[in-house]
Amino acid sequence: MSAQPLLETTGLSIAFGGIAALDRVDLAVGARELVSVIGPNGAGKTTLFNCICGLYRPDAGVTRFQDEPLPRRPDAVARRGIARTFQNIELFRMSTVLDNVMLGRHLHIKTSFADAALGTPRWKRDEVRHRRRVEEILDFLDLQATRRRRVGDLPMGQQRLVEIARALATEPILLLLDEPSSGMTAEEKADLVFRIKDIREEWGITVVLVEHDLKIVMGISDWIAVLDHGVKIAQGTPDVIQRDPAVITAYLGETPA
Amino acid sequence: MTQLAQYLVGGLATGSLYALVALGVVLLYRSSRVLNFAHGDIATLGTFVAFTLLGRKLPFSLAITGGLAAAALVGVLFFFFVLRPAKEASLLGKIVLTLGLALVLSGAVQVVWGTDTLVFPFPLSDTRVHRIGQVVVSETSLGTIVTGIVLMTLLYVLVQGTKIGLAMRAVAQNADAAQALGIPARKIYALTWALAAALGGAAGVLLAPVVYLDPFMMLDPFLKGFAAAVMGGMDSLPGAVLGGFLLGIAESVFAGYISFKFKTTMAFAVIILVLLVRPEGLLGRVYHRRV
Repeated sequence: MSAQPLLETTGLSIAFGGIAALDRVDLAVGARELVSVIGPNGAGKTTLFNCICGLYRPDAGVTRFQDEPLPRRPDAVARRGIARTFQNIELFRMSTVLDNVMLGRHLHIKTSFADAALGTPRWKRDEVRHRRRVEEILDFLDLQATRRRRVGDLPMGQQRLVEIARALATEPILLLLDEPSSGMTAEEKADLVFRIKDIREEWGITVVLVEHDLKIVMGISDWIAVLDHGVKIAQGTPDVIQRDPAVITAYLGETPA
Repeated sequence: MTQLAQYLVGGLATGSLYALVALGVVLLYRSSRVLNFAHGDIATLGTFVAFTLLGRKLPFSLAITGGLAAAALVGVLFFFFVLRPAKEASLLGKIVLTLGLALVLSGAVQVVWGTDTLVFPFPLSDTRVHRIGQVVVSETSLGTIVTGIVLMTLLYVLVQGTKIGLAMRAVAQNADAAQALGIPARKIYALTWALAAALGGAAGVLLAPVVYLDPFMMLDPFLKGFAAAVMGGMDSLPGAVLGGFLLGIAESVFAGYISFKFKTTMAFAVIILVLLVRPEGLLGRVYHRRV
């Protein structure tokens, strides 16, 4: 970990009806790191993302990003450079792949009402510029062939990719991926691994990954944090985590003999 | 033939009013699934404010702007101080809240301006007419049609062409996703309330010279606009316009040829017919729920 973390949560806690979903979670992610958060079902992984993104308001604790506290509203967090995907896929289902990803460019649109009404050259230039960037992203994720299809009609694996494409279109500094491989075929999962690596290595984006598939997690993470019942029970490199007795207990229910 | 054209022109004028009302209803429904039963009363309030400002010797354009701004303000305040705090309420609960607002506003208008009918001084006259061939068009009708079309065009450009419009469409489809892309959903909702209310206000002002001002002037146009919205497809803005004009024209033609008394009955018969054939409305989207 670098000296100055990009994202840092300190003592993050939230409870739902008396059940602690997160209990004093400390996490420090350095710039350009690829980090995974794992844990059994209901461990609080998605809750952690939702607290960082401002969808939930934590009962206690702070989240700092680039050494400043994060705002409380999801849209303001997004404007700071944090993009995410959702476990339950939140796409504009009635729109095409292209339109979905173009919406990721919303933050970067600079034209006015008058420009749009008159179709000024400025408006067209802006449109072309965004379109070019979107095509690059579609290309990167191998989605070109689907660009005119309606998102709701695509198989789940491709919908997940569209969500990643849309997140990338916002030009994030930090990308939070929530279960990106669920619903994917084995082949799609293999591709996904390379793409996540590329997102970090070629695009220089810091990635935090919540993932069920431990094969993926062990293969690509710099380090891993393990949550169980809202508590961070372990943190370390994949090798260390695989041998950690507390982690094994959390996953298997009891210490193997 | 001339007579039919004459009825058509009349229908276009009322239709343009219905379409404006329907657009306001659809804008809100599309973005939050809330049916705004206060739409007519917000419009009435805006119209009365414009009337008072005219009485204060303000120029017509300023008075109208003031009236529309008042309507928009009521919409925004209602969103921030009632709907937003009640965001955990069920959809039905929210709709009942708009009913509450309707009653409050209607009461307020009756208290402030009284229940007598007032005459709204309008720069266009109902008796001065233009002739297009054999067809006679009053200045008011012409003004209503033109204003309606101008407002609809502006709204179209706003929604389809601009950054704000894109944000509005995104929030309407999936607010969580829109926020994750940096779109301030709360501001967009507030803006939608302002726009819808102002559109209603515009309809009220255009209606005022035809029916005189009274606290219940928007009741009938609101019901018709609402019906037009359903007929056009509740989530479709072009549908609202189409529904509004169709309803206006059907009513006017029926009133002219068959029976003036039963024109409203006929209008709703048409709606029932349309919904039997296309339950999602003329331009509404068919939703297939996946299991």
